[in-house]
Amino acid sequence: MINLAARDVLHGWGKFLFTGIGLGLLIGVTLTMAGVFRGMVDDGKVLIDNSGADLWVVQQGTLGPYAEPSSLRDDVWRGIAGIDGVAETGNAAYLTIQMAHHGKDTRVMIVGIEVDRPNRPGAPPYLTAGRPILQGHYEAIADERAGLKLGERVKIRRHDYTVVGLTRRMVSSSGDPMIFVPLKDAQEIQFLKDNDALVNERARTAANPAFNRPGVPGLLEAAQAAATQARNVNAVLVRVKPGADPAAVANEIQRWKRLTAYTRAQMEDILIAKLIATSAKQIGMFLVILAIVTAAIVAFIIYTMTLAKVREIAVLKLIGAKNRIIAGMILQQALALGVIGFIVGRIAAGLWGPAFPKYVLLLPQDAMTGFAIILTICALASSVAIRTALRIDPAEAIGG
Amino acid sequence: MDKVEIPAIRLTGLKKRYGSGETAVDALKGVDMTVWPGEVVGLVGPSGSGKSTLLKCLGAVIEPTAGRMELAGEVIYDDGWKIRDLRALRRDKIGFVFQAPYLIPFLDVTDNVALLPMLAGQDNASARKRALELLTALDVAHRADASVSQLSGGEQQRVAIARSLANHAPVILADEPTAPLDSARALTVVRILNDLAREYRTAIVVVTHDEKIIPTFKRIYHIRDGKTHEEAGEGRPI
Repeated sequence: MINLAARDVLHGWGKFLFTGIGLGLLIGVTLTMAGVFRGMVDDGKVLIDNSGADLWVVQQGTLGPYAEPSSLRDDVWRGIAGIDGVAETGNAAYLTIQMAHHGKDTRVMIVGIEVDRPNRPGAPPYLTAGRPILQGHYEAIADERAGLKLGERVKIRRHDYTVVGLTRRMVSSSGDPMIFVPLKDAQEIQFLKDNDALVNERARTAANPAFNRPGVPGLLEAAQAAATQARNVNAVLVRVKPGADPAAVANEIQRWKRLTAYTRAQMEDILIAKLIATSAKQIGMFLVILAIVTAAIVAFIIYTMTLAKVREIAVLKLIGAKNRIIAGMILQQALALGVIGFIVGRIAAGLWGPAFPKYVLLLPQDAMTGFAIILTICALASSVAIRTALRIDPAEAIGG
Repeated sequence: MDKVEIPAIRLTGLKKRYGSGETAVDALKGVDMTVWPGEVVGLVGPSGSGKSTLLKCLGAVIEPTAGRMELAGEVIYDDGWKIRDLRALRRDKIGFVFQAPYLIPFLDVTDNVALLPMLAGQDNASARKRALELLTALDVAHRADASVSQLSGGEQQRVAIARSLANHAPVILADEPTAPLDSARALTVVRILNDLAREYRTAIVVVTHDEKIIPTFKRIYHIRDGKTHEEAGEGRPI
């Protein structure tokens, strides 16, 4: 038996192909939206994976350090390091800032890490160029997406930093590239007030009678010295000993240190289920709307194509073609349109995905799911046209 | 004509009523008609006389209201359909030639003709072989691979006639087959129909208004107000 659907498509292949390309661009947008969502999830996962930590110890009762502000003194690690099962700790400070570079504003996450030895939790696990930070101040390692070059000097707040190393896929949960600097610099960037504010604060403290009590010499100096120090961090990242249960270690830390400790799974939940929940819902809504629009467009195209063939369908029915042959023809064309649309959409998403400012992750399983959904949509959308075709009276082929 | 043969078409008191109650219209009021194998019969009448209704009843496209209809000796209607699968009946026993050729534009010439045997379950090779035989008989075999849009009007009509014969149908119903053609081409089509009727022993009913071809029929059924009157035609040689 001749494949009527294929013959019809080949007869008007240009029109069919262009229709498929148009549909494909719409499908490309849909796949890209799914890719944006996957990119957000992946950003969260790489943030966790690349930190090299098993536990995140943060200020009690907060969802820090990524989802909520958290502040700890930078010496709490000593107590944590003494808890059974803890192999290594690392102070970390995180701050997202707008960095001016070559006349362009770039949003980056400044990460303060301890540089006394490499591979502390929190440090970038690998470099694509350059070397680790060796000096205690004014050196930086940047993610490649920050657009910085090795040896380049970049101004972050009050100081200039030399880029000594480059790394890859080190991004915040929002997808902003990370710039690693020595912890003390990051503390200064985050917690230390500017000079004007310090002068004002000193004057304010000096005028406070509570700090000028007779018989307590040096109290004012001590208070003012404390104001110029930045001794806080946002989190202590903990690596547990091999064989140790991270959840049990987290419980111990919470019990004895009055801090909150999150395991890897809990942090993943915070970053993926909580932090990007609203964005995920937003994208989900977008995907649903795009699916409905795609279905409506496919239905309209197939319906129009069917209406253009009323006479041919009437003749086919008159000469004895069974309903399933006519329905099969319409269904196959709808599916072919879906296949062309999917191929074009996948290629388009692959081409324009890297140009997006945020990471677009196109997963093969998402593509396969998308393909199945598109075919389902096409099949459902063709049902309107099939119903119309099956209602065509073969008598329409006979005049009068 | 050998009257011992079984008639290809026999209609007895065939009636068709559209609607019901006060608005009912009796389009056919008891049509009697007999057409023998190998015969080309004209069915003529003014607009609204019931020609198309009769053709649709004959083509098993609409259901008559009463009467009896036999095709090639088989009772297909006797105050109700006697055949369950009307599509198969149309496919296997009735060929259609329309006013316009109504070929399938996305199939080439051969496949337009071969489609019918394929729908009946024949394999592609034998269906195409049959199509080529008919295209050769109708003198359009040289356009076998052409697309429909490349054919002239006359060629398209010949392909449509070939399609109507593809399943060895004992009956062909031709609805104004010469309407869009000039005199010469119209007479050619009638000649072809006569030749095919003789060669394949097919009964052909030609519904027409065309004054050019009416004199060529040996037998004509006039239809007026839903009733037929048979009369001998001139049978003018073509």
